[in-house]
Amino acid sequence: MTGPDSSHTHTDTASPPAWRRPTYELRPQAEGDGRMLEISMGPQHPSTHGVFRMDVMLDGERVVKLKPVFGYLHRNHEKIGESTTYLASMPYTDRLDYFCSLTNNWAYALAVERLAGLQVPERAEYIRVILAELTRLQNHACLGGFLLQDMGASGTPLMYAFREREKILDLFEALTGARMMCNYMRFGGCRCDLPPGWLERARALVAGFPRFLDEFEALLTGNEILMSRTQGVGVLPRELAINASITGPGLRASGVNYDLRKADPYGIYPRFSFRIPLGDHGDVYDRYMMRVLEMRESLKILEQALRDIPDGPIIDPKAKIRGFRPKPGEAYARLEGPKGELGFFLISDGSPNPYRYRVRPPSLINLTVLEDLCLGHHVADVVIILGSVDIVLGEVDR
Amino acid sequence: MDEHLRNELSRQGIFVTTLEELYNWGRKNSLWPLGFGLACCAIEMIATSMARHDLARFGAEVFRPSPRQADLMIVAGTVTKKMAPQVVRLYNQMAEPKYVIAMGACAISGGPFKQGYNVLKGIDRYLPVDVHIPGCPPRPEALLHAFMTLQEKIAAQALTGEQRPRHLRADAPGAFPVPEFGAHDLQPPHNPEVWTPPRLARES
Repeated sequence: MTGPDSSHTHTDTASPPAWRRPTYELRPQAEGDGRMLEISMGPQHPSTHGVFRMDVMLDGERVVKLKPVFGYLHRNHEKIGESTTYLASMPYTDRLDYFCSLTNNWAYALAVERLAGLQVPERAEYIRVILAELTRLQNHACLGGFLLQDMGASGTPLMYAFREREKILDLFEALTGARMMCNYMRFGGCRCDLPPGWLERARALVAGFPRFLDEFEALLTGNEILMSRTQGVGVLPRELAINASITGPGLRASGVNYDLRKADPYGIYPRFSFRIPLGDHGDVYDRYMMRVLEMRESLKILEQALRDIPDGPIIDPKAKIRGFRPKPGEAYARLEGPKGELGFFLISDGSPNPYRYRVRPPSLINLTVLEDLCLGHHVADVVIILGSVDIVLGEVDR
Repeated sequence: MDEHLRNELSRQGIFVTTLEELYNWGRKNSLWPLGFGLACCAIEMIATSMARHDLARFGAEVFRPSPRQADLMIVAGTVTKKMAPQVVRLYNQMAEPKYVIAMGACAISGGPFKQGYNVLKGIDRYLPVDVHIPGCPPRPEALLHAFMTLQEKIAAQALTGEQRPRHLRADAPGAFPVPEFGAHDLQPPHNPEVWTPPRLARES
């Protein structure tokens, strides 16, 4: 096995950067004593969240070296994006991070709107915010469920989370016709208007969601087993988080106040009053708590958006569906997805296809610190740490 | 056996069956799937096993992490060329009788990613697929329908004769060759025992 190649810079020098120091010293090894054990976790493993593989070197139960291996779900997303028209890439963005199809749609629509200079009507902006926050709710709820599943709480938290997810998916289905792959945003607006009664259903869901959160937290947050399994495990130092360009709840759990909804506002987020929860330990427990607190903040945004949504058109009348050819140029747009900063970079050469189509996937970049988080911990903690990083392989491998 | 006679006997508290029916009844109601998700469809597969759709009604809620304990492989998602050898190897490790459900457009044909250079154009090129489910992703109801279809298929199998399942045939293979990475593509590109390229019949 070769040396670890998960360093965060491409300029490998003889000594590792100061912010990246191993937290575990190798036990002196006797001559010819094969005490190290190399195991390959994945690609089929019950808790690798898809087809992800980790080559883990163990000293007893402790992780000495961890090498992530991915590419098992490389579906040529960017290449397909460059060979199809702009609009035809919209359904493919659904399948990037298949938990959060609507935020993926929005990020791509933002990039194309910036490229083509389209304006989004007021009502469409509200619909987008509502859908993005609903997506965040279901993503974070499911993350909690999966994290606990990895910890051995087989079934119950995941069942609770999926019960709520089904309610949100019902709303998505009523609006877009699909449960998961919504394909709803269009350049300059949205595809169709809200069906009658949708807002009332959404309000009822938002009003009932805190009850689920209270139940979820009563079950988990103060749970002694959860605390002893997660507190102090997988600590991500603040400097490392910044240097490795971690984004999303994982960054904020380390105490860095950086949320694109506040730091680089897009859409109509400046109109809403909400707070950014911050952690101070950066361990798995903090990352779990970030998700719970963010769900509560998302509910605040949803309440305001569902209260204030105006009537009006839902798509820019200048937006062309057919024969859409933006002027030559390039654009990068990003938003705060549930997993972190999701960005799309597009270069147009005036043809119906983008010349370059690039995704900045939060899952992949958050995954680069996995070895640093896992070194020195038990092998059973690796799955928890991976679960708390919150990856989706469709986005990691693309 | 005559259906009227059986009904009459069961009314009098006598249960009669054949070995074949009992065997199939046991097999079809305890299909344990391999807990193994590839892509987007895996989420719908998990949703199927959750409270609303409740796969446990079909005796199939026990997702086993090990192929040695599983009867059914649900190929849920895109099979890439890097993943295909592992999928075939997992299938080979499962104990007979074993079944395969190809879930979703990607697993049956490559789906929306078919034009991609790294996507296998259907897992049925390497594995004998029992039920195909279209959809991207299929709804949980579609997966339930696939389960019922598979149960019907199992119930129709016989212990002897031409209708007997594959694991009771001495000449049928229990394991299939694992493809390897060749110079350009997986070698072999498909397993001729389970799949042959469709032939276009043109009228001259």
